[in-house]
Amino acid sequence: MLSSVIGSIGTAINIIATILCMRCPGMTLGKMPLLVWLNLVMAGLVILAVSPLSAAQIMLLIDRYLGGHFFDTQAGGSAVIWMHFFWIFGHPEVYVLVLPAFAFASEIIPVFSRKAIFGYPVMVLATIAIGFIGMSVWAHHMFTVGMSAGANTFFVLSTMAIAVPTGIKIFNWVATMWGGKLRFEAPMLFCVAFLFQFLVAGLTGVTLAVAPLDWQLGNSYYVVAHFHYVIVGGILFTIFAAFYYWFPKAIGKRYNEALARLHFWLFFIGFHLTFDFMHVPGLLGMPRRIYTYEPGRGWDIWNLLVTVGVVFQAAGILIFAGNLIWSYLRGKAAGNDPWDAWTLEWSTSSPPPVYNYAAIPVVRSRRPLWDLKHPEDPDWRYE
Amino acid sequence: MSTVSVDLLESNFEWRLPSRGRVGMYCLIAAEAAIFTIFVVAYLFYIGKTVSGPKPKDVLHAPILYTVCLLSSSITVHAAVRRLVAGNMVAFARFWILTILLGGVFLFGTAREWAHLILQDGLSINTNLFGTTYYSLVGLHAFHVTMGLLALSTVVLIYFAGRLRREHAERLEILSLYWHFVDAVWVVVFLVVYVIGV
Repeated sequence: MLSSVIGSIGTAINIIATILCMRCPGMTLGKMPLLVWLNLVMAGLVILAVSPLSAAQIMLLIDRYLGGHFFDTQAGGSAVIWMHFFWIFGHPEVYVLVLPAFAFASEIIPVFSRKAIFGYPVMVLATIAIGFIGMSVWAHHMFTVGMSAGANTFFVLSTMAIAVPTGIKIFNWVATMWGGKLRFEAPMLFCVAFLFQFLVAGLTGVTLAVAPLDWQLGNSYYVVAHFHYVIVGGILFTIFAAFYYWFPKAIGKRYNEALARLHFWLFFIGFHLTFDFMHVPGLLGMPRRIYTYEPGRGWDIWNLLVTVGVVFQAAGILIFAGNLIWSYLRGKAAGNDPWDAWTLEWSTSSPPPVYNYAAIPVVRSRRPLWDLKHPEDPDWRYE
Repeated sequence: MSTVSVDLLESNFEWRLPSRGRVGMYCLIAAEAAIFTIFVVAYLFYIGKTVSGPKPKDVLHAPILYTVCLLSSSITVHAAVRRLVAGNMVAFARFWILTILLGGVFLFGTAREWAHLILQDGLSINTNLFGTTYYSLVGLHAFHVTMGLLALSTVVLIYFAGRLRREHAERLEILSLYWHFVDAVWVVVFLVVYVIGV
């Protein structure tokens, strides 16, 4: 675990140095694709959040192998401080996962709405705000430990505050779609579902941020439903979107669109069956981390629905894997730019050559490929 | 659509990017600072909470002389890089080796302090909570000093192999950033362990 932490920090340093020091001519920070911006903030969070985990792990190793007393309550140590150190990593880690998901949505939604992203500078600022506020919300995982009223109040307010920049992002994605010429192909279907599901995940997050409600719902299936809404409904859906969006570029073949849409609908139905209904037994008091439950507690029908949803999700995943394998072997050639997109990767061949570009391109706007396709009306006149 | 040819719109385009080594080193320093922050917070949180002796005020003596050595090494490493930029190789080597000596003296000081604590005062890492936090924090710093000394010594080997040139000044300056960081951390560790903690 310690070595994987060191690997993560090394990768983050590499990503930051690559982004800041190896941009093509003309690509100022204000002209970088949002995909790059969000991954830059993500890498910064890895450096600030994963390092404390390695520190805490060194302390744990000292306790276990050298007879230390960091978390040994009999020698004056504190087990609660371990929880603090763990969650100083644990919560920002959620943003490390979700920022790349936001990054995918920020690339895909504009292309399938045929509009430039709405409010680019605000999107960047909201991302940085999420990075900062995300570092100061960790103890909302510890309301049930019994902290002081002052600490509880601080972490309630900081946790609710992070909903603001996240909400700004959702509004900007919706505003990007507003009045656009929408194309509902597989990547866009997954992104639209992501928008609504991530909104619900954020709202249940705000309910859990209310400390007294958290004392009631902590360690129940409501929490499990909430974070699966984030990880599956938010992150996994955009990962599927990204797979379909960049598969033609990475492999050079088209996937089967009909199968992809079938995957979407099966997974969408399965996801909602499983995780919508999982909130209910949680609210009814069903605790997590128990291997079995007695019948007759009123949770049976809800858990049955949750289980039925899994079948749909599994079928969707099988179709997804089959589609990609079949398309890899037999798919039609994709061409350089199947989506009529605007970022630089679509200007080169599919898959791109190992040297990327024979001549390093020069960019003048956030949509360099639009400028090339429409020399009569380039973006740089308006940015 | 065939491959789009991308024209160079302005041939003499002014385009500057930050140095990769410098950005990488600042990121590494940020990560290391986060690690030290956790250890320092743990140390501060546990001051006075140890249930058995020996306690800090009975056994700790501020290592002023060794601290002066370590902090002066920041000045000498800076002077060394300046000499290399100026192309004065002999003066560079003198200051660089002086830096290693000063760092070595500091490490010797830590070793002497630990030997005294273990042999005379009977304080080891598993003796009590104070021992655990003390050896972890000071040891983590000493480990970073050791790593720094290894890196600085590698440069000396390259110098004596006759391979060091003036163009390497920027790389050595980036290495010296790490050394400055190790010195700055000692200021914090010194304050926490020998001033606030006793």
